[in-house]
Amino acid sequence: MPEYNAGTFEVKRLDILDSHGNSDRALMPSLGEPEIKEIYRRLVLARAFDQRVLALQREGRMGTYASILGQEASQVASAYAAGNGARVFPSYRETGTLIALGYPLYMLFQYWSGDERGMKVPEGMNVFPICISVSSHVPHAVGAAMAARIKKEPVPSVAYFGDGATSKGDFHEGANMAGAFNLPVVLICQNNQWAISLPRSRQSAAATLAQKAIAYGFDGIQVDGNDVFAVYTAVKRALDKARNGKGPTLIECFTYRLSDHTTADNASRYRSADEVERWKKLDPLARLGKFMEKENMMPSGYAEEAARQATAEVDEGFKKYEEAGPPSPEDMFRNTFKTPAAGQMKQLGSFSGGK
Amino acid sequence: MANKTVNMVEALNMALAGEMERDSNVVILGEDVGVDGGVFRVTAGLYGKFGPERVMDTPLAESGIVGMAIGMAAFGLVPVAEIQFMGFLYPAFDQLISNASRIRARSRGRYGCPMVVRTPYGGGIKAIELHSESAEAAFCHIPGLKVVVPSSPYTAKGLLAAAVRDPDPVLFLEPTRLYRLIKEEVPEEPFTIPLGKARLVKEGRNATLISWGSMLQKTIKAAEAYDVDVIDLMTLSPYDEDAVLASVKKTGRAVIIQEAPRNCGFASEVAAGIAEKAILSLKAPVIRVAGYDVVLPFPKLEDFYIPNQRRITDAIEEVLKY
Repeated sequence: MPEYNAGTFEVKRLDILDSHGNSDRALMPSLGEPEIKEIYRRLVLARAFDQRVLALQREGRMGTYASILGQEASQVASAYAAGNGARVFPSYRETGTLIALGYPLYMLFQYWSGDERGMKVPEGMNVFPICISVSSHVPHAVGAAMAARIKKEPVPSVAYFGDGATSKGDFHEGANMAGAFNLPVVLICQNNQWAISLPRSRQSAAATLAQKAIAYGFDGIQVDGNDVFAVYTAVKRALDKARNGKGPTLIECFTYRLSDHTTADNASRYRSADEVERWKKLDPLARLGKFMEKENMMPSGYAEEAARQATAEVDEGFKKYEEAGPPSPEDMFRNTFKTPAAGQMKQLGSFSGGK
Repeated sequence: MANKTVNMVEALNMALAGEMERDSNVVILGEDVGVDGGVFRVTAGLYGKFGPERVMDTPLAESGIVGMAIGMAAFGLVPVAEIQFMGFLYPAFDQLISNASRIRARSRGRYGCPMVVRTPYGGGIKAIELHSESAEAAFCHIPGLKVVVPSSPYTAKGLLAAAVRDPDPVLFLEPTRLYRLIKEEVPEEPFTIPLGKARLVKEGRNATLISWGSMLQKTIKAAEAYDVDVIDLMTLSPYDEDAVLASVKKTGRAVIIQEAPRNCGFASEVAAGIAEKAILSLKAPVIRVAGYDVVLPFPKLEDFYIPNQRRITDAIEEVLKY
């Protein structure tokens, strides 16, 4: 018997806004001027916060930090599409997502300064605490989607992770579960081209990361991750699809980590300055600015005012963080169990408070 | 309240059915737990009774099962995940140590993780490799995870119900050898046995025998000829240190019996607690009866590895010399 074709697959790529600020009008999402300005404002705020933590870290006032520079469009536009109507599962490089969702800045300062109180996600926010163990939160998002289905809550899950995570077992197990159960899940892979020092080309032989979805039986799409409109459109579509019972989607945001992996890393050891310069020209914030100028949404002084406001918000957040002071040493004895075990109570009883 | 004479498998099944009837958020997930009723039949009949939405047959992915249970638990369900054998729980160790046990702390109490992971554990069933593991100590070392081991049908039913109702993650280890070994009367109505509390199985004066799970049954047999306390820990983490210390202070002698390898086993934790807090009451060295520090042998040598009644008796005789 002759061999025959057992399946044909394709992977779509979506670009709407180019690096010169020109948009494909046919593909533009239905976002009005106030909404576009709001996305811009959140991009600026995310960048301002990011740069402030980096500066404070250099002064020894913050701990090790994973910068989001260059990835703001992937994070802010996806979070803007998700809003509070989805459950968001972040990894450690999602500061832009959290800020776009309205996460209190002083709490993010707390978190990155080593104060766990910063991850007590405020009531009313549909955010799961930051997951450090790469890709291990993908099954959590899938489980939350299962809970939503069983409890008949129209709340899809959105999990964020990087290109490196797609090599890990929990990404595979979670994505496979999401497909097998046809669950309302949106998997957002920010392919920032580098997993610390490992380039995307050596992370996987696959031509795209989006195509991994095909093996799990659902759609995968690659989008220009530095294009707020492409990211917003893909996430909005995927969420609508999830809410309509049409199952999961994998979105590969093709972007770039302009900073080091973290403040403890030095990316110049493993990648060329030329490559970084090339990607700087694709900057997501500058690109949206150019678009807004062309569309007359950017009156003179607008960008400066947005930057000034962002700086003021970050200042205020930092002030509130400083005013909150350090956590009480006894805090570590709380929240291991809902009710502390007898042994923990004995240890607390004899705890000297570090003195 | 009517009683029913059942084995441990049936008792566990009764507990699950009871909890699922009591709370519609309780769901079961795992490999072959639904249509098939589980490889050891613990979930038999539950799929028919509660439907595929509450008794979920999952793809073959232990880390995914436990990871998914975490997400379910954080958002309003009470998942009871089954891992087919303890040796297959190792791929999910990361989910337990990196996530399940930390969700409450990581979110400073905003989220909880009320879930149970059930798994058959221990040897004595002549199974192939990785089907007879006793790795409880590795899990007892994880803060934020409770570890529970029943030793009889009655304790199985009451402890599993308590584990399901507990607000924190519980690893529930079911001694495979005991699944069908003993039958006893168990109340048909739901009941709970509090976690973190030991039970005094037999009361005596001359020594304290401490054990759990399948070794507890051997310990009870060995103790028949002696005037000793026999303590069934039932919950290993957090364990009932007060019960151990009270008994050892009374008897002055302690033997701890476990199936797992000796090195860094749970018996060592119990022995260390006695050394720290009851050494002045001791008349004899504390003895651990344990498996050997070797890779668990295949069935033909299994009986030489797992502590038998004779080794327990020898240890009792040894402490009674003092």
